Amino acid sequence: MATVTNTPVSDLLKSFKLKTKQQELLIRVSILCLVYILAFIIRLFSVLRYESMIHEFDPYFNYRTTLYLTQNGFYDFWNWFDYESWYPLGRIIGGTLYPGLMVTAVLIYRILHFLRFAVHIREVCVLTAPFFASNTTLVAYFFGKEIWDTGAGLVAAILIAICPGYISRSVAGSYDNEGVAIFALLFTFYLFVKAVNTGSLAWSLASAFGYFYMVSAWGGYVFIINLIPLYVLVLLITGRYSMRLYIAYNCMYVLGMLLAMQIRFVGFQHVQSGEHMAAMGVFFLMQVFYFLDWVKHMLSDTKLFQAFLRITVTCAVAVGTIALGLGMLSGYISPWTGRFYSLLDPTYAKDHIPIIASVSEHQPTAWSSFMFDYHILLFLFPAGLYFCFKRLSDATIFIVMYGLTSMYFAGVMVRLILVATPAVCLISAIAVSATVKNLTVLLRSKNKGVLTGSTKGSSSSKASSKALLDQSQPFQKNGAIALLFGAFYLLSKYATHCTWVTSEAYSSPSIVLAARGAHGNRVIFDDYREAYFWLRQNTPADAKVMSWWDYGYQITAMGNRTVIVDNNTWNNTHIATVGRAMSSYEDEAIEIMRSLDVDYVLVVFGGVTGYSSDDINKFLWMVRIGGGVFPVIKEPDYLVNGEYRVDKGAAPKMLNCLMYKLCYYRFGEMLTEYGKPPGYDRARGVEIGNKDIKLEHLEEAFTTSNWIVRIYKVKPPNNRW
Amino acid sequence: MEAPIRAREILGFTLLSLLFFVCRSSPSHNLLISNAERRIDLSSHIVKVYLTLKVENAGSTPTSEILLAFPPTQVDHLATVEALVTKGKRKKTTIVHLDVKPTELPDAPNETKYFTIYLANPLNSGESTTLEVLYLFTHSLEPFPAEIGQSESQLVFYRDSALILSPYHIKQQTTFLKAPSTKVESFTRVEPTNRAGTEMKYGPYEDRPSYSFSPILIHFENNSPFPVVEELVREVEISHWGNLQVTEQYTLVHGGARHKGVFSRVDYQSRPSLNGVSSLRYLLARLPPRVHSVYYRDEIGNISSSHLRTDSRKSELEIEPRYPLFGGWKATFLIGYGLPLQDFLFESSDDRRYLNFTFGCPLLDTVVDKLTVKVVLPEGSKDPSAVVPFPVEQHFETKYSYLDVVGRTVVVMEKKNLVPVHNSHFQVYYTFKPMFMLAEPLMLTTAFFLFFVACVAYLHIDLSIRK
Repeated sequence: MATVTNTPVSDLLKSFKLKTKQQELLIRVSILCLVYILAFIIRLFSVLRYESMIHEFDPYFNYRTTLYLTQNGFYDFWNWFDYESWYPLGRIIGGTLYPGLMVTAVLIYRILHFLRFAVHIREVCVLTAPFFASNTTLVAYFFGKEIWDTGAGLVAAILIAICPGYISRSVAGSYDNEGVAIFALLFTFYLFVKAVNTGSLAWSLASAFGYFYMVSAWGGYVFIINLIPLYVLVLLITGRYSMRLYIAYNCMYVLGMLLAMQIRFVGFQHVQSGEHMAAMGVFFLMQVFYFLDWVKHMLSDTKLFQAFLRITVTCAVAVGTIALGLGMLSGYISPWTGRFYSLLDPTYAKDHIPIIASVSEHQPTAWSSFMFDYHILLFLFPAGLYFCFKRLSDATIFIVMYGLTSMYFAGVMVRLILVATPAVCLISAIAVSATVKNLTVLLRSKNKGVLTGSTKGSSSSKASSKALLDQSQPFQKNGAIALLFGAFYLLSKYATHCTWVTSEAYSSPSIVLAARGAHGNRVIFDDYREAYFWLRQNTPADAKVMSWWDYGYQITAMGNRTVIVDNNTWNNTHIATVGRAMSSYEDEAIEIMRSLDVDYVLVVFGGVTGYSSDDINKFLWMVRIGGGVFPVIKEPDYLVNGEYRVDKGAAPKMLNCLMYKLCYYRFGEMLTEYGKPPGYDRARGVEIGNKDIKLEHLEEAFTTSNWIVRIYKVKPPNNRW
Repeated sequence: MEAPIRAREILGFTLLSLLFFVCRSSPSHNLLISNAERRIDLSSHIVKVYLTLKVENAGSTPTSEILLAFPPTQVDHLATVEALVTKGKRKKTTIVHLDVKPTELPDAPNETKYFTIYLANPLNSGESTTLEVLYLFTHSLEPFPAEIGQSESQLVFYRDSALILSPYHIKQQTTFLKAPSTKVESFTRVEPTNRAGTEMKYGPYEDRPSYSFSPILIHFENNSPFPVVEELVREVEISHWGNLQVTEQYTLVHGGARHKGVFSRVDYQSRPSLNGVSSLRYLLARLPPRVHSVYYRDEIGNISSSHLRTDSRKSELEIEPRYPLFGGWKATFLIGYGLPLQDFLFESSDDRRYLNFTFGCPLLDTVVDKLTVKVVLPEGSKDPSAVVPFPVEQHFETKYSYLDVVGRTVVVMEKKNLVPVHNSHFQVYYTFKPMFMLAEPLMLTTAFFLFFVACVAYLHIDLSIRK
């Protein structure tokens, strides 16, 4: 960074010679470009390993709706009543989804087509998440720059580009709301911090629009609408209230709220739901604060002011409490939802809402997955917090609060690691950047004796004074070099770890399963698509398929058939009905299935291949959810001494319930593993207990080549005469 | 329900034949067929008929037109008619293909349809010639029973006439029918009728007048799958940068006896010889040599079960549908591949370019109900014209692909009822200036240049209001 040392090559070159500042800019821009590209290509493992396809469950719904949007236009999409799901209830799609993702993808698609790039909408959908991840790195850079300095911004961009916590939800093909929402989240936060720092209406307006985009994209916007008031409250308490804050918050809140009401799924929740009340309360508090400030300014007498303050605060609190109480009592303000409760109290869902607890990504996070997703960031995070506290400003307070709250939520639910990732990356980046900067300053000052002073930011002077102070210590330079190497080693370890995690853990589409064959070759189990395509081609167009809700989105998107329940778990009773059918005896189940007009039943069975996330392993949740609504289903009936088994020692109800029968129908004749008896279940490692299964009202319609998906047809009722 | 319908049909045929006997107002009595031999091959779902006719001109005027007659029920399923004459003796034989065209006759009895064979040299009075005629029928085997279970084998009906329908008097005729296996349930006897193994012989019948008809019905086992492509769209895109991209969209159906009841995977896997014998497990596509970047997918993604074998003369792509196709089951899929352009694009003498490519479906032994071939010419090409060896419907379309401004001309050719015989070459002629090849790279470079200029301008211009 010192003055450019140069050898006189030629005059021409000299005229092209860059100034230090330009050099720095060039390096910075090229690093950012590289990070942008890196963030994109590291997410392409799944495309290279498998193919350009949509992953997992929810993305299939998003893909299906995007397809609908491209084909029928926005108004049809907005008014779409979907007959293919939740039969016979149907689903109002326009009013029950966050359209941000689909609209974004279609917009990209339209732009590309306008520029005459004849891409398929599927490719756009597959690459939306990596594209937005790349954009997030840019936002992280600017955010880091805003809260610390350019160096921290660059490090933050690099860290977030490859952080597994974020990659897990943004690989190519993972076409889910989170893909764009994390970008929107960080962008909103950045714009808000910028607005607070500058007090500019333009920035707060921008943050309101950022918030609007976030609301349109993901239900996680509730985090923003609660974190920002909390942050404002903290600033108020710590005496950091300023006009800048007033402008930023009020503009952002009022406009953001009005804009968010345009999203049909959100509607009037900003004024009606308990989860959004904090923001409103802080808004009014802000006005009271401003009013008091004004009164204080007008009144010179402090005693009078104290009295006035007391009265005003009491009145304000009383009015607020009464309004809230009235709202709650009259039902105008809805109480907190179960999901919100379960965030605050991790044990809540387990006791009250089995359907939330049954989802694996709603489980509390294990330590190992923190380590897996954050690696060294886990240790850098506290260090970064230390640096933040050392240089406290409005911006660092924000990032500290964001980091701490989101870390708490990440501990409550596995999937919320994602929300914490940007904060962790930013705070760790501060740690890395500050440390490395201090060390290099130390090295350079030793070499040159005098600092050239071209380093920017306020930290340099502090660091240099520290360096001068430490000059007396022995081995200082060597120590600095060693520490730099240590930092370099850690960061390169982080990079290799991230690449490894991405390639091994987060890049499988879960629709196609791959395994190693006996000769080390790759074996592909494409059973899901086999079954869905069979449904699509060989069943009547209006056939209704009953399956557990996990597969609902995939059946409608790939099989193009009507389902009873799907992953949009809005109606617990309906799901419980399906759970009840699955856990009843066949002749009881047939009554339920006839009442739901079911034509086909689809079960997922891993006994032949050893695929463990199948319906038998999920079965206890069906019993629990079914039993939660219909008390005839009792969990102990399916257990033996509190143990869940499928072999000879299993409970009689278990051995004869519909799910067991459908999974193991004619499995008793099958030899799955050499040296084991027929009917040996490889997923659970036992010989099944009921090998002689007869079906009375159902018949096998299709079983995939590895038995992973089995489809049964409901027979028409027998003639009475 | 089945039986009365069939009885009625047979009755209909009988009436038809009676009518034929009654109205013998055929046009050309001066020709007669001295000997006719017909061999009907029923081994696959495409019925092949080889007809050898010895035609004699008994009239006084020379003639060069010979009529073939088909009942209206058969003519709907007729895919192709070819006729040829062998010339020369012994080793120096040459085969001459003759023109065959459908003909309408004003006084055709009972809507009989005709095809006219045009001889190269007129047949003079008293002369005789031997014609070889080959024609193919599709959808002519009717499964009976129409629905079968997984473990049953597929039985089919074939209907025809023991006597060759002809506007001419036939002096002597024999018909051989070859079934795929010895399992023949029943067949109509029109004496003299013999059966030896898989072959049934009808005849010889002597001196039958014109329009003789005698319906026969054969019920036999045919376990070969009936792959029918209901619709095939082949798109051939020419890029003058050296690649020919072919995309083929298939709607495949198993046209045999419909599957009934359960599909049991355990039976299908453990006893393949007894279960689902007529199911369609895989298909073989014969692609041109030097094929590259082959893909096989459908609406929901890639299908992993395919193998490609290449050698210098041909490439074979073995594809398995996602699931075995039983009777009535459907599958749609897409095959795409690239080919080197120099193998297929040539320059004609009048400075035009032409594409020489095969018309039909590359899948072996498949009937295509409707085929659409689209040739996408490069942007900027002019005066397209197609030369196809058989009649097709033609029109033009415009397609927009990557970086197209005016769009590419697409020559669309449509034909119904195709069999592998139609895999002959067709040509599409067009004129193209090589300058157009540079349009797209230039556009891209300009766009990038403008982008960088804009960046430079942005960095150097201060747009802020404040000073």
